[in-house]
Amino acid sequence: MAINPEFIGRTYPPTQAYSVGREKIREFAAALGESARCFFDVDEARAMGYPDLVAPPTFAILVSMQASKQVIFDPELALDYTRVVHGEQKFVHSRPIFAGDDLTSVVSVDSIRSAAGNDMITVKTELRSTGGDLVSTAYSLLVSRGVEESP
Amino acid sequence: MTLISAKSVSVGLELPPQAFNFTRADLVRYAGASGDFNVIHWNERVAKEVGLPSVIAHGMLTMGTVIRVVTDWLGDPGKVLEYSARFTRPIPIPDTDEGASVLVSAKVTEVLDDGQAVISITAIHNELTVLAKTTVTVQLGP
Repeated sequence: MAINPEFIGRTYPPTQAYSVGREKIREFAAALGESARCFFDVDEARAMGYPDLVAPPTFAILVSMQASKQVIFDPELALDYTRVVHGEQKFVHSRPIFAGDDLTSVVSVDSIRSAAGNDMITVKTELRSTGGDLVSTAYSLLVSRGVEESP
Repeated sequence: MTLISAKSVSVGLELPPQAFNFTRADLVRYAGASGDFNVIHWNERVAKEVGLPSVIAHGMLTMGTVIRVVTDWLGDPGKVLEYSARFTRPIPIPDTDEGASVLVSAKVTEVLDDGQAVISITAIHNELTVLAKTTVTVQLGP
C-alpha cells in the first residue's frame, strides 16, 4: 500500500540531546578502521584548529537513525519495518561534529514517492548544537519493498 | 597531516586507490559502535531465510570506510562538506579470515571557485559496483 504523500513536510518534536563523547568517537572511528589522528588524539585535533576530537564524516548517522525511528514507527505512516531497507544516504555538514557537542535532532518527512511497487521515503534530520546552530543535515532514503500481490 | 592545497587539484585528478577488507569481526565491531544490530549483519541463519547468500556488510560501514580514499588524501577529515551514496548491491561477508574485499578509487569531477572540490568514488566488489552516485564535496586548503 502506497504511503500517503500528504505526509510530506510532517515534522516531529525535537529529540533529547545526544551527547557526543570522546570514547564514542574513538570507538566509531576504530570500527571504520580509521587511523587519522584527529579522531583519537585531542592534542592533534586542537593542533588542526578544532576544539576537541573530530567525529568521522558519517558519525551523524548514529544520531539521525535514532531520531528517525519517530518516522519509521509512526503508526499513521504505517511503514512495515521488516520490509524497510536503506537505499541512499546524504550528509550536509555546516561544520564537523566534535566531542562535547550536545546535538538535538528535528526529523521531518522530506519526500515520498512510489516506483515499481516500492514506497520510498526520504527522512531529513537536522542536528543542532545547544546554541541552535545547524551542525549537520542527514537525508536517509528508506525503501519499503512492496508485497507481491497474489493473482 | 597537511590539508591539500586547491592549487594542486584539477578536474580529472585520480586519488590513490585503496582496497578494504571486511570480515565478520568488522561487522560485529561496527554493529556495536553504531548501534545497528539488524540481524542480517550478524546472523547467517536469518540472512539466508530472507534470501541473502550470507550476512551482509552494513551499508553505512561501507560508506563510512570508502571515504578514507578521500580523507586520507585530503589530510583533514573535518573538511568534508557533503557526502552522499546510493546502496546498490549488498556485500556478502563469508566466514573466512579474509572476508570480502572492496576496491575503491576516486576522481575529482569538479573544482569550484571557492576552493571546494567534488570527488566521485567508485567501490567495486567481485567486479561489480556496490555503491552508486557516491560523491564527496570537500574544502581544499589555500
